[in-house]
Amino acid sequence: MNMIASRYRINIRKDECVLCKRCVRECSFGAINFNSEKNTITLTHSKCVDCQRCAALCPREAIFITRNQNTYANNHLYTANTLNEIYRQSATGGVLLSSMGSGIGSVHIYFDHLLLNASQVTNPSIDPLREPMETITFLGRRPRHIERGKDGKLVDNLPPHIELSTPILFSAMSYGAISLNVHKALAKAALRLGTYYNCGEGGLHESLYEYATNTIVQVASGRFGVHERYLNSAAAIEIKIGQGAKPGIGGHLTGTKIIGDVSATRMVPEGIDAISPAPHHDIYSIEDLRQLVLSLKEATSYTKPVIVKVAAVHNIAPIASGIARSGADIIAIDGFRGGTGAAPMRIRDNVGLPIELAIAAVDQRLREEKIRNEISIIAGGGIRNSTDVVKAIALGADAVAIGSAALCALGCHICASCHTGNCAWGIATQRPELTNRLDPEEGADSLVNLVSAWTREIKEIMGGMGINSIEALRGNRLALRAVGLHEKELEILGVKYGGE
Amino acid sequence: MKKEGEVRIPSGCAICGIFSRDGSPVNGGTIAKSIALMHNRSNGLGGGFAGYGIYPAYKDYYALHIFYDNLKAREETERFLDSHFDIINLSKIPTKQVESITDAPLIWRYFVSPLVHKIQDSQLEENEYTARCMIRINNSIDGAYVFSCGKNMGVFKAVGYPEDVAEFYRLEDYEGYAWTAHGRYPTNTPGWWGGAHPFALLDLSVVHNGEISSYDANRRAVEMYDYTCNLLTDTEVITYILDYLIRKEGLTLEESANVIAAPFWSTIAMKDQEEATRLAYLRKMYSSFLITGPFSILVGFTGGMMALNDRLKLRSLVVAEKGETTYFSSEEAAIRAIEPDLDRVWSPAGGKPVIVRLNKEAIV
Amino acid sequence: MKTIDAFKLNEEELKQEIRNNQDIEVDNCLGQRYLGCALKEGNIKLVGTPGNGLAAYLDGASIYVKGNAQDAVADTMNGGLVAIEGNAGDALSYAMRGGKVYILGNAGYRAGVHMKAYKEKRSLLIIGGCTGSFLGEYLAGGTIIVLGLNCKPGMKLTGYFCANGMYAGKIYLRTDEKPVNLSDKLEFHKLDRDEKEEELRPLLEEYARIFHLNLEEILASDFSVIEADPQKSYKQIYAAV
Repeated sequence: MNMIASRYRINIRKDECVLCKRCVRECSFGAINFNSEKNTITLTHSKCVDCQRCAALCPREAIFITRNQNTYANNHLYTANTLNEIYRQSATGGVLLSSMGSGIGSVHIYFDHLLLNASQVTNPSIDPLREPMETITFLGRRPRHIERGKDGKLVDNLPPHIELSTPILFSAMSYGAISLNVHKALAKAALRLGTYYNCGEGGLHESLYEYATNTIVQVASGRFGVHERYLNSAAAIEIKIGQGAKPGIGGHLTGTKIIGDVSATRMVPEGIDAISPAPHHDIYSIEDLRQLVLSLKEATSYTKPVIVKVAAVHNIAPIASGIARSGADIIAIDGFRGGTGAAPMRIRDNVGLPIELAIAAVDQRLREEKIRNEISIIAGGGIRNSTDVVKAIALGADAVAIGSAALCALGCHICASCHTGNCAWGIATQRPELTNRLDPEEGADSLVNLVSAWTREIKEIMGGMGINSIEALRGNRLALRAVGLHEKELEILGVKYGGE
Repeated sequence: MKKEGEVRIPSGCAICGIFSRDGSPVNGGTIAKSIALMHNRSNGLGGGFAGYGIYPAYKDYYALHIFYDNLKAREETERFLDSHFDIINLSKIPTKQVESITDAPLIWRYFVSPLVHKIQDSQLEENEYTARCMIRINNSIDGAYVFSCGKNMGVFKAVGYPEDVAEFYRLEDYEGYAWTAHGRYPTNTPGWWGGAHPFALLDLSVVHNGEISSYDANRRAVEMYDYTCNLLTDTEVITYILDYLIRKEGLTLEESANVIAAPFWSTIAMKDQEEATRLAYLRKMYSSFLITGPFSILVGFTGGMMALNDRLKLRSLVVAEKGETTYFSSEEAAIRAIEPDLDRVWSPAGGKPVIVRLNKEAIV
Repeated sequence: MKTIDAFKLNEEELKQEIRNNQDIEVDNCLGQRYLGCALKEGNIKLVGTPGNGLAAYLDGASIYVKGNAQDAVADTMNGGLVAIEGNAGDALSYAMRGGKVYILGNAGYRAGVHMKAYKEKRSLLIIGGCTGSFLGEYLAGGTIIVLGLNCKPGMKLTGYFCANGMYAGKIYLRTDEKPVNLSDKLEFHKLDRDEKEEELRPLLEEYARIFHLNLEEILASDFSVIEADPQKSYKQIYAAV
């Protein structure tokens, strides 16, 4: 007996449908099939994930997906989702698995409670189209003090930095979780935009080495595909401690996905599971982190900045402070809403902190310890648009990383089914017939458009505030006012209430 | 109503300065006459002056100018001063009744020298010790506010038009080799005299015109280094940034100007390799001290003065020379008011500092 | 012509005198603001340093200044003539729609910002010396000429970001050197002899006469012109929602 009612209903307007069977070909979840005997389309609603592929590609716009109108008894405590989860677990004994970032509504999206400032009279706003408006961002460590040579001239004692034309990078997403074509699109876009993509923990495909100048390579607990050439073929190296969607949890790419190039790139034999341990087994304490940071620097002759990526958890402020003292150059913080290719749902929806609180707490703590200037902060996890970027920077980030939003530019509709490997948009899948759906060049165009549009908007917003360089926005919390938050939240965010 | 420091008050302003490069004395009445011409740029809610070389008889002692709201604050402050400094001389600062200047606090002046054993205990050098003591008075003694604490220099300020403030403090009784002046146009009343300008720390004083847009980024950056911005004014944060960069980090004035009014990246790219590297280094190293939005400032310090505009030059600033004297002003007319016949008049470019110093032979 | 001494009048009295007299000379000007504001007729000579907002909204009168002027000269001027035998400050001729502004010396930042032309109105700004950055920013019409006379060797005629956002009008420079970081949305070319004779000579004749300059000597130099490239607009890219 299946007690779980389908989440969605597929609706096809019979009078519009011309039986072209496009939807049948597009549906990668087996929800739409064709019965050739009866010459009709048959629907399996329970398999529909609402990825919108069929609706988007139906030439007649004849398809629409709705929620299943079949309703369970109305109960605030036991909602349909809650019941379905119980039914699913009682039927299987399994840990609930999902993907993408947490979208639960009970945790504030603080960005939506922050309003931006603008100049009126007391100082001038600036027209970003005609006056210089700088979004160039440098990420890396700064020494505590200047040095002078014997001639009295300043010595350039800055460790290596990475330079971004705009304060937006692409988050780490591994080959395996996403397709090679997505990596190619991200790499091409990063190159054209003057920013960076991050290859994630699954190694760097041979065809991507040419994008080294715009690549950040990741070293995670599984150490897949990590070797000297990998490390030296990047602009920066990221040590992944954790990610926002599943803090404290490792990863598990099943052997069925370890085939062909994925196997070669990860340097894991075909068909063997690839396990990312929950911790790095060479880091059981903060001083061990320093050892890993320095060994990576040693391996790359101190020519590249090292990023340490952590999930925003309750202790994020002291953790960040520890990272800042570990020799790392950049700290990347991934908030509660950060995406994933697969994560236990309970973890995703209940562990960690929203990125807004994490940025504010970390920025403030590093200032109290007088080390904020020595390290850069990249914030990620739920950055959806240009105003989220501006607010994150005003709260204290140097730059932001976008993952989900970038995938949306490639077609993703946040159906949260990445873990099935059936992504109909050809993003979170390795099935060749699906990955072929995404053209890397077209994908790169979309990504370039998206980031360029956001950058235009960021400049417009900065101009309105009379700020013509992004560093004057960083940590400039007077650029923000809150609405609908309580005192404690204001205190942690370090912002005043609207009207104050 | 909240007084200044509890709330941030944007201000427009007039500024001017005189610097006598050969050290010859300039009367305080002269600077008052200059700033008075720009009456329209102030609104009577703040005026002030800084004079350098005005206390030659006490030139080796810190000259403290302190506002007291009441006797109790004075007693408490004097107890603190007594236990940390040798007080060589103390007196009320002479003032004159001026109709438009009201609500005057008690205004006292002390010439002091830090107690040697206290300095030794603190393991600080003399300037840092003195600065910290003054900050402690301002932060912890209710009703006391040290508004000037440099050697052989002094700040005079009040709520009022600058020309009235000059009359109130009898500025014509002082002579110095350098003066700066400020007429303030705050958007709402500052509520107390401490909010007037110049703002000073030790011998560094700043007068400023404009409202910067990078304020909170700059404030939060400089507060990392043991500064507390109590007044929430642009002038205060600019003073602290300059003090940090110059006194604590050892940057030159020119380098500090390259930090706070850094050239655009596109401008840096046009420089020769060495200069581009130097400018890019300073911008990256001290990126949180970039000041955006309009400002023109005059920075006074022992033996010199610096004028600087923001990099877009959103505020006016005129410099002029006559013989051995250099003049600075928001408007040329204010210079002509005291020296009609000038050798040279020019407007420095945005972000390009103009620095004048006493001639070596003049420093005796 | 009546002559008055500004020292002997307060600012209000001074402005009243100027408003009431068609022909007047004012000596000892010092920082008085808004002189000649919105005047339709008259010949006014100002000696000294008039204050900010000189000749704002000027609508037909002629003003001659012997001395330097300050900021915001000829703001939103609609017609008439301003000639300054000296320098001008920042934001000279902002949004000027018509009339002529002649500066013998240098101008500050943002000279000619958003100058315009409309129907018979053709604003003309001529600067004898050099200018600060953002010359002719957002230029929307009219003509700016910078001569660079008596500039120190090595000094450029214009600063950074010259003509940023310019979308109409012309800027002539007495040089064949392209301004630094000139926007790629602008056209820059050297004038040939015919262009100099036909376009420039008529514009410069009155200027040279007023300031007693040798026009032939001025015209003997190389000139260039900056114009907006109509193919490359500054329009923001919008995506309607």
